[in-house]
Amino acid sequence: MKKLFALLLVVFSFTSFASAAAEEGEPFNPGEMITHHIGDDYTWHFADGLVLNLPVILYGEKGLDVFSAGNFYNENHDVVPYNGYVMEHGHIYYDNGQGHPRTETVDGKEKHVGPLDFSITKNVASLLISAVLLLGIFFTIAGRYKKTHGRAPYGIQSFFEPIIIFVRDEIAKPNIGPKYERFVPYLLTIFFFIWFNNLLGLIPGGANLTGNIAVTMMLALFTLIVTLASSNKNYWAHIFKTPGVPIPLLIIMIPIELVGILTKPFSLMVRLFANITAGHIIILSLFSLIFIFESIAVGPISVAFAIFMNFLELFVALLQAYVFTLLSAMYFGGAVEEHDHVEDMGFGDGAHALTTPVAAH
Amino acid sequence: MDLVTPGIGLIFWQTITFLIVLFLLSKFAWKPIMSSLRERESSIENALSMAEKAKLEMQELKAGNEKLLAEARAERDRILKDASAASNQMIEEAKAKAADESARMVAAAREAVANEKRAALTEIKNLAGSLSVEIAEQLLKRELSDATAQKQLVNDYMKEVTLN
Repeated sequence: MKKLFALLLVVFSFTSFASAAAEEGEPFNPGEMITHHIGDDYTWHFADGLVLNLPVILYGEKGLDVFSAGNFYNENHDVVPYNGYVMEHGHIYYDNGQGHPRTETVDGKEKHVGPLDFSITKNVASLLISAVLLLGIFFTIAGRYKKTHGRAPYGIQSFFEPIIIFVRDEIAKPNIGPKYERFVPYLLTIFFFIWFNNLLGLIPGGANLTGNIAVTMMLALFTLIVTLASSNKNYWAHIFKTPGVPIPLLIIMIPIELVGILTKPFSLMVRLFANITAGHIIILSLFSLIFIFESIAVGPISVAFAIFMNFLELFVALLQAYVFTLLSAMYFGGAVEEHDHVEDMGFGDGAHALTTPVAAH
Repeated sequence: MDLVTPGIGLIFWQTITFLIVLFLLSKFAWKPIMSSLRERESSIENALSMAEKAKLEMQELKAGNEKLLAEARAERDRILKDASAASNQMIEEAKAKAADESARMVAAAREAVANEKRAALTEIKNLAGSLSVEIAEQLLKRELSDATAQKQLVNDYMKEVTLN
C-alpha cells in the first residue's frame, strides 16, 4: 500500500512537472500566478479546459451592458476587446480604439478609465453560493427545531447547535452584557458567513472571498454601523469627556478617541483580509517551489508542507471567524455598556456605590 | 496595490447579499432557533427543579411513612400490652372464680357428707334401738322356757344382724 502510494506520488509529480514544462514558453513567475489566484476573475477556472464564464455587468457611458465574460477570449484563450471594452489585469476599461484601455490624465498621472463594474465575478459567484449554503443549512436547522419541538436535536442540527450556543453564551453574553440578545442574530450571521466563506476559499479552485479587502471592509463597516446605531450616551461621554482625564488633555484625547472609532473596524478589516490572503499565498508559494526548483524531489516536501498549512488554514478559518465575531461583540458591548464604574458588565450584580456606600471608590 | 483596493462590484454585491442573508437568517433561522433553545433550556430548568421538588416530596413522604409506621408500631405494642393485660386479668378472675367455686363445692360436699353421716347415725341409732327392742322381745319370749335355748337364740340373732 505504501509502495503504491509512493508510486502514485512519483507519477503525479512527473505529470504535473511535465504539464508545467510543456506550457513553459516563458519562465515561471510565481508572483503573477499567486496574485492571479488570490485576486478576482471574470471566469471561474476550475481546471484546464473546465472554465465557467461568468456574466459581466457594466454600467457606464453606454448604459447598462450585460454579457458573458467568454466574449473577452478568442478560441486560443487570448484576451480580445469586446463591444468597446477591453480587459486588462483583471479589470475592464473602455477601448481606446486600438484594443487598449482608454487613459486620461489626473494630477499628472495617467489613469485607465472604465465603466462601473458590477460583474458577477468569481468572488461574487462564491459569495452567492455561500449565501445559498447559509440559507439552506440554517433554514433546514430552523425547520428541525420546529419539527422536533422540545425533543433532542439530531444530525446537522446537533452539529451546529453547540456552535450557535457557543456564539450566544461565550461570545455575546460575556462581552455585551445584559442587552446581548438583540446582537445575537448579527453575531451568528457574521460568524457563519466568515467561517463558511473561509472554508469555501480553502477548497481547491475556490474563490478567495474573505481574503478580499472589499468583503472584509463591508463586514467591518456593518459592525461599525451596528456599534454606532446601538451606542448610548455613555459611549459618547467616554469619547468626548473621558472620565478621570484633566480638561486640557481632552484636546488630545478627543481626536484619539474619534480615530479609535474607526481604527477598530479598520483592524477587523485588515486582520481577516491579511490572515486569509496570507494563508493562500503560503500554500501557493509552497507549490510554486516545485516549479521554481524544477525538481521532483521538492514535490513531496512541498506537498507535505502544503498539507500542514492546509490543516492550519482550516483552523485559521474558524479562528478568524471567532476573532471577528468576538471583537464585534466587544465593540457592541462598549457601545451599550452602562457606565457606573462597577465591574459587573452592567449585570447589576457588582458592588454598587448606591447600595453599598462603604464600597464606594 | 490591486490587492488592497476594494472593487465597487464586490462592495455592491457583498452589501446586498450580506444584508439579505442577515435579514432572512435573523427572521427565519435565528429567531426560531433561539426561541426553541430558550424554550428547551427553560423546560430543562423546569424539569430539574421539578425533579428536585419531587425528591423533596419523596423525602417528606418517606419521613411521613416512617412516622406512620412508628405510630402503627406503637399502637400495636399498646394493643398487645392491653390485650395481654386483659387476658391476664381474665385468667386471674377465672382462677379466682374457680377457686371460689371449688371452695363452695367442697363446703357443700362437706355439708352433704355431714348430713348423710348424721342421717346414717340416726338411722343406725333407730335400727339399733328397734333391733334391741326386737332382741329384747325375742329374749323375753324365750327366757321363760329355757335358759340355754334363750342364750342360743340370742347368739343366732346376733349372727343374723350385721352392723351396717
